[in-house]
Amino acid sequence: MTVLQKKAANPIGHLSPEDIEEIGRRLDAIRDEVIATRGARDAAYIRKVISVQRKLELGSRAVLLLSLFPPAWLIGTAGLSVAKILENMEIGHNILHGQWDWMRDPKIHSTTYEWDHASPAEQWKHAHNNLHHTFTNVVGKDNDLGYGIMRVDEDQRWYPLYLAQPFWNFVNAMFFEYGIAAYDLELGKNLATKERRQDPDFKARTKQVLKKIRGQMTKDYVVHPLLSGPSVLHTLAANAVANVVRNVWSHSVIMCGHFPEGVETFERKSIVGETRGEWYLRQMLGSANINGSRAMHIMTGNLSYQIEHHLFPDLPSNRYQEIAPKVRAIFDEYNLRYTTGPLPKQVASAWAKVFRLSLPNDFGARVRSLGRPAGSRYGALPAR
Amino acid sequence: MTTFASDPVARDTFRSRLRDRAWQIAAAATHPRDPADYLDMFRPLRAGADLRARVVEVRPETCDAVTVVLRPGQAWRGHQPGQYVRIGLDVDGVRLWRSYSLTSAPGDGLITITAKAVPDGVVSAHLAQELQPGQLVHLDQAVGDFVLPDPAPRKILFITGGSGITPVMGMLRAGLGRFEDAVLVHSEARADDVIFGDELRDYAAAGHLRLVEQHTDTHGRLDVAALADVVPDLAERETWACGPAGLLDAIEEQWASLTEIGELHTERFRTALAEPGEGGSVTFSATGTTVELDGTTPILDAGEQNGVLMPSGCRMGICFSCVLPLRSGAVRDLRSGEVTTAAPGDGVLIQTCISAAAGACDIDC
Repeated sequence: MTVLQKKAANPIGHLSPEDIEEIGRRLDAIRDEVIATRGARDAAYIRKVISVQRKLELGSRAVLLLSLFPPAWLIGTAGLSVAKILENMEIGHNILHGQWDWMRDPKIHSTTYEWDHASPAEQWKHAHNNLHHTFTNVVGKDNDLGYGIMRVDEDQRWYPLYLAQPFWNFVNAMFFEYGIAAYDLELGKNLATKERRQDPDFKARTKQVLKKIRGQMTKDYVVHPLLSGPSVLHTLAANAVANVVRNVWSHSVIMCGHFPEGVETFERKSIVGETRGEWYLRQMLGSANINGSRAMHIMTGNLSYQIEHHLFPDLPSNRYQEIAPKVRAIFDEYNLRYTTGPLPKQVASAWAKVFRLSLPNDFGARVRSLGRPAGSRYGALPAR
Repeated sequence: MTTFASDPVARDTFRSRLRDRAWQIAAAATHPRDPADYLDMFRPLRAGADLRARVVEVRPETCDAVTVVLRPGQAWRGHQPGQYVRIGLDVDGVRLWRSYSLTSAPGDGLITITAKAVPDGVVSAHLAQELQPGQLVHLDQAVGDFVLPDPAPRKILFITGGSGITPVMGMLRAGLGRFEDAVLVHSEARADDVIFGDELRDYAAAGHLRLVEQHTDTHGRLDVAALADVVPDLAERETWACGPAGLLDAIEEQWASLTEIGELHTERFRTALAEPGEGGSVTFSATGTTVELDGTTPILDAGEQNGVLMPSGCRMGICFSCVLPLRSGAVRDLRSGEVTTAAPGDGVLIQTCISAAAGACDIDC
């Protein structure tokens, strides 16, 4: 993909400024309607999810105390994986977005909740809520575009280092939570110079992350295995597998949110003086949904409704499904592309892009032109 | 072991150390959650849990008042008659806290509160219509200094209006034997509307107290200046008064004008307000929320309505539970109209429940 502004056929070229503001007004109306009807039903939903998650986690960890027996290991590991996914996706991510702040329950509040994740809630909230959700898909501003280690857009410059990006992406998927922690710390940038390395703020934040990781590690790899007695090694392995399963799952879901074909990116200067309507439009075109079963939606923390989530990051996640048809109707009416697809297709699409962009933009053309006379090599460049 | 058997102090210390250690291990196993979050699913009323109570019964008292019987968790430390308690209820999904006087005598493991419907009062409506036996509510420990000394004065006067009877009911139920000579002057619209009307009349009939009922629909408002007509020995009595602001204001004025008068204790459910001023935009810096406020909305209410997790307490400027630093800007005290200003970086502590914006301000929450 190329930033929207440089495309030959601009997908929003047919919209007048009035159209864009009207889209904004309609989306605001959808938002207002949800806020006006937030209540006991929504509160009961999140409490139910939390209750199921905690019971599943307790039960799975209890079963794993006997993980020496293969059936116990299998059931316990599967249960723990699901519990860990629920905690990070439908519970943690969404609480930290402030989706449930309106309940005024200090246990379910964005300022008090700490999640089962390597990155401390405070740091993740800054990197994710303030940066990614504000500068969504703006090349050079939104570090979620490739997390600073990958090239996921034609308009990002190619370096030979990117040849290895399919491998990086695989490693990142396996250890995703640590990747996020490093990313929230802006490790690459902050380790670059001595001055940055010694910055007291950076040092304090690093300490915070290490403390969090130590707590996470102690739970999964020391206390729980030791409590399992003779099953110690099996329980340790179970925890490791559950963490990897969650990492790969969250990584896949998140790749599906912004990387699949059809998702637009934006030029840095295009957001100067952006109106509310234009901001909405960028979120609409910069995100992609996943379609599937209700269970799949819950397991993705309703990030399968990535478009709705990016339009309204602080609305309760159980409402995204309800407003999706209304949001889609706006896309259809204004002739905009509502990107969605089943999970395997979207994951494949995102991975295809990771592979393709590991090579320079004109690689295909160069290969094809190898047999032709010199001079015509760049003449046949496709638009992208 | 012989030392343990013979030394109960050493045994208790050992036990408490063991308990602390077990809790630490549990905390390491549930990181970053608190082990309590898991225990709460199964035993929400256990000792050591956040204070909660189970609803035992909700019964109508009059056509617009209900009594709620609660069984508090083991963390409940009891109460003195006349005190009130803060109760947190999830009303349409939103946790709302309100204070209610305790109407039960201390002791049997159950407590009761009695609430009169307030116009547009979502919480009192919830108590009357939604709350069901078996549900859990959140609770704070009992507080308040509207209590009787021990022993009680020989001659007592209670003056109450409407739901102002509730703390006094707690006192009466805690033991009528304590009162040698008690008079209760109670003001209410109609005889049928008197909360605990039958019980009070029974007490009076049995000679435990003298009851003077003022039914305002038929006989007009209680004339505080003419109290001595119904209570001839007024000057000899120590008085406890609770009711609407107008009644209490009149009583306080009257008492201040008398030289020969016993001590007066009052309990207010709402606070008296000064003339409002201009509002301003309030920023809650920790959450990054900014709201435009008029000069009459308490900052506490505004924060809560916008999802900020505000500390709160009595909501009438008494308990100081809601105090937060004002980083910059100005706020007006809703009771006195007094303006407090803070220069950037100051962090002046203000009571958010009785402070309104008096210009742009920045609250650290």
